[in-house]
Amino acid sequence: MFEYDPVLYSRLLTTLTLAFHVIFATLGVGIPLMIAIAEWMGIRRNDPHYTLMARRWARGFVVTVAVGVVTGTAIGLQLSLLWPNFMQAAGHTIGLPMFMETFAFFFEAIFLGIYLYTWDRFKSKVKHFLLVIPIVIGATASAFFITTVNSFMNAPQGFNIIDGVLTDVSPLAAMFNPATPSKMSHVILSSYLTSAFILGAIAAFHILKGSKHVYHKKALHLTMVSAAVFAIGTALVGDLSGKYLHEYQPEKLAAAEWHFETEEKASLVLGGILTDGNEVRFALEIPYALSILAGGSADTIVTGLNDFPEDEVPPLWIHYMFDLMVFIGIYLAALSALFVVLHWRKKWNAFNRPVLWAVVAGGPAAMFAIEAGWIFAEVGRQPWILNGVMTVAEGATTSAHVDMMLYLFLVLYAILGVTCVVVLRRMFKQNPVEAELEKRNISHQAV
Amino acid sequence: MSYEVVGIAVLWTFLYGYLIVASVDFGAGFFSYYTKRTNKNHITHNIIQRYLSPVWEVTNVFLVFFFIGIVGFFPSTAYYYGTALLVPGSVAIILLALRGSYYAFATYGAKDSPLYTFLYGATGLLIPASLSTVLTISEGGFVIKENGNVRLLYGELFGSLYSWGVVLLAIVSVLFISASFLTYYASRAKDEGALKLLRKYALIWSFPSILMGIIVFFLLSKRNLEHYQNMVDLWWMFAVSLAAFAIATYLIWKKRNYGLAFIMVMVQYFAAFFGYGAAHLPYLLYPYLTIYDGFTNETMAIALIIAFIAGLLLLIPSLYLLMRLFLFDADYVEGKKEAM
Ligand code: HDD
Ligand code: HEM
Ligand code: HEM
Repeated sequence: MFEYDPVLYSRLLTTLTLAFHVIFATLGVGIPLMIAIAEWMGIRRNDPHYTLMARRWARGFVVTVAVGVVTGTAIGLQLSLLWPNFMQAAGHTIGLPMFMETFAFFFEAIFLGIYLYTWDRFKSKVKHFLLVIPIVIGATASAFFITTVNSFMNAPQGFNIIDGVLTDVSPLAAMFNPATPSKMSHVILSSYLTSAFILGAIAAFHILKGSKHVYHKKALHLTMVSAAVFAIGTALVGDLSGKYLHEYQPEKLAAAEWHFETEEKASLVLGGILTDGNEVRFALEIPYALSILAGGSADTIVTGLNDFPEDEVPPLWIHYMFDLMVFIGIYLAALSALFVVLHWRKKWNAFNRPVLWAVVAGGPAAMFAIEAGWIFAEVGRQPWILNGVMTVAEGATTSAHVDMMLYLFLVLYAILGVTCVVVLRRMFKQNPVEAELEKRNISHQAV
Repeated sequence: MSYEVVGIAVLWTFLYGYLIVASVDFGAGFFSYYTKRTNKNHITHNIIQRYLSPVWEVTNVFLVFFFIGIVGFFPSTAYYYGTALLVPGSVAIILLALRGSYYAFATYGAKDSPLYTFLYGATGLLIPASLSTVLTISEGGFVIKENGNVRLLYGELFGSLYSWGVVLLAIVSVLFISASFLTYYASRAKDEGALKLLRKYALIWSFPSILMGIIVFFLLSKRNLEHYQNMVDLWWMFAVSLAAFAIATYLIWKKRNYGLAFIMVMVQYFAAFFGYGAAHLPYLLYPYLTIYDGFTNETMAIALIIAFIAGLLLLIPSLYLLMRLFLFDADYVEGKKEAM
């Protein structure tokens, strides 16, 4: 049977917690912005539908944020419990943004508490709107700070190790490392995109189920216009991430692309399978595209896997993760753009069934892209936990019982995930939009 | 003051903040469960909900601040405590996760369910019990380092009188702090029924809390003599604590000045907590780790302190706004304002 290996179980448990947390974290970063946009539209157009939209989204958001907070607390503690050696080293160099992140949480939590309970307290609607801004800032700032930590793991700098002793620490250099610009903008924009798509998918679903109310159409239009902007942004920044990889983590890029020979005019490999002899079969190859992704021109020389030491090559299956993310990215951008165009030309009908179903599929797909992106980024860094400095095995705990903890947390997340869905469904089923509009005396014809 | 001392003082202050706000929260959970079982729920339900709903997330951040901050200022704690505490730490995480999410599920989402209330009440006592073991462990003798491996001695921990004393102290303190705060809150809300019940709880738990404090004080002499003697040298802090306790209990008993009474409870715990902490120095984990050898590098220390000051400038006005809107706004407290 298997021998107990704390490293393996620590990896599995970290993967589990992060994969679960990141779902809620992504929504936690993106939904506040969507709430802010909706509330602002309500004020600008004096349209109570948008105000109600903001209010209902906020109500659902509290539930997802709660799971985000508790799973975040879990990963925050688990980092010390499972990776004590790594955290000891990381504390010296990258403790600053982690510390600043807690202030961002604080700021967000305080204003979220205020925002939720003050809908009808102020005479001026703008005053209440102003309260959502600190939430948006806090959420995005926490994503920014934690992403700088992850960037540091990929491109560590801002310290020196001389004879095993850490010297010349510069917290700012560690925080603003080469991976930071592309990573943080990609993470933040993709969170916005995913949140917009999930809210859009819910609206589309209601229309498909026969809701005739204009409220849902407004919600769908608002989310799709936002999504189109974020999708294009995400793809553009994704291109920058590719250029970053080419320069600083070429082995990750090569593994993602099954690129074995160092060459210029390298082509981008989509899909396919790898034979035992490392031959790519059944793949779609786009000539020059990899060189362009890596360096912006077809002449860029892209280092191939054969030129890296064998034990530093990450697992090659991350290719599929990369492809999945890019494919979904293109799908979301095209779909939201299509919707915007259809809606803009009044004589076309943007609310036709195929488009609506495509939007419904887009919500979960966006979340899959987030997961795929993270798996690609993290597994692609293997075997390193701190790229080039410390390996995963060196960072891990030596404790017994990590396997037990893995099973416990598996049960915990299963319970949390299921209850969260049940609660959200019940919450909105018991209080459908139509009923709430009625109750608040917002007429069907309003604007 | 050296950076080391500034660092630990900042962290200890936040831990104290967590002690107070979390106690209110944990105790409220227990009272709300208990009153439901005894069919007095209608009396306390509104008070507890109205206070907790806007602030529960803030409570959690105090804890996150502490454990992220300590790794920043004292990275070696990650190594020692991280390795030793895998199991108790994971259990605490699971309890916290269940509590936080089920609170939100029950409050914002579904109707009340007995399961939610039970989870909320039970975790309210189990979490302080499990978190308090970290302080126990720091006294030394529960963790050993051999062949470069750090290990927690479970037999020692579960067999120790001191360790159980701390657990009991944590639980009764939670109930006392919580009841005295909720008494004050009920009096502000002019809710006579709740006030009467909560005041009774506060009085019930007052003497056990001070009694356990004294017992643990003396148990410590057997556990860690050095720490105990340092505490005796700081006797005046514990005297302040005792005096504050006496004033608080007197006021609650006399049905006067509940606000001042709660402030006195805060003083009681402040003096005792800082007296305990100051006497513990320089050790973070006796005898392996002190604040000096576990400290981060100087550049990082300065950066963290600057970030901390900037953060406070942002937080204090925000916290003030939160308190003004929910704690000191008479209409809200009395339940005259609509919620979500
Ligand atoms: C909705 C989500 C989403 C979508 C549509 C995309 N990505 Fe992405 N991507 C992420 C969500 C994401 C992410 C979850 O945010 C990752 C994981 C780690 C990170 O930094 O961002 C990521 C990482 C990531 C990386 C690795 C960065 C690193 O390891 O340092 C690259 C090269 C790209 N992406 C490139 C792209 C390209 C060219 C896309 C084209 C459309 C694209 N991504 C769409
Ligand atoms: C290893 C990585 C991560 C760690 C250690 C971590 C840590 C945490 C912690 C401790 C919390 C709870 C905060 C609280 O008590 O309010 C939290 C929640 C949250 N995290 Fe994560 N997180 C990580 C990854 C991420 C990522 C990648 C994102 C963004 C894409 C993110 C965004 C959030 C958000 C928005 C919340 C909810 C915060 C709130 O509303 O207060 N986190 N995280
Ligand atoms: C915040 C979003 C993040 C996500 C979703 C994420 C995702 C992942 C995934 C999927 C793995 C598993 C890799 C594997 O099994 O090979 C992993 C590994 C790991 N991540 Fe990240 N990561 C994130 C950021 C971070 C940050 C900010 C830290 C540290 C502060 C971190 C610490 C680790 C550690 C210690 C491992 C285990 C080592 C490894 O297997 O690579 N991660 N992460």
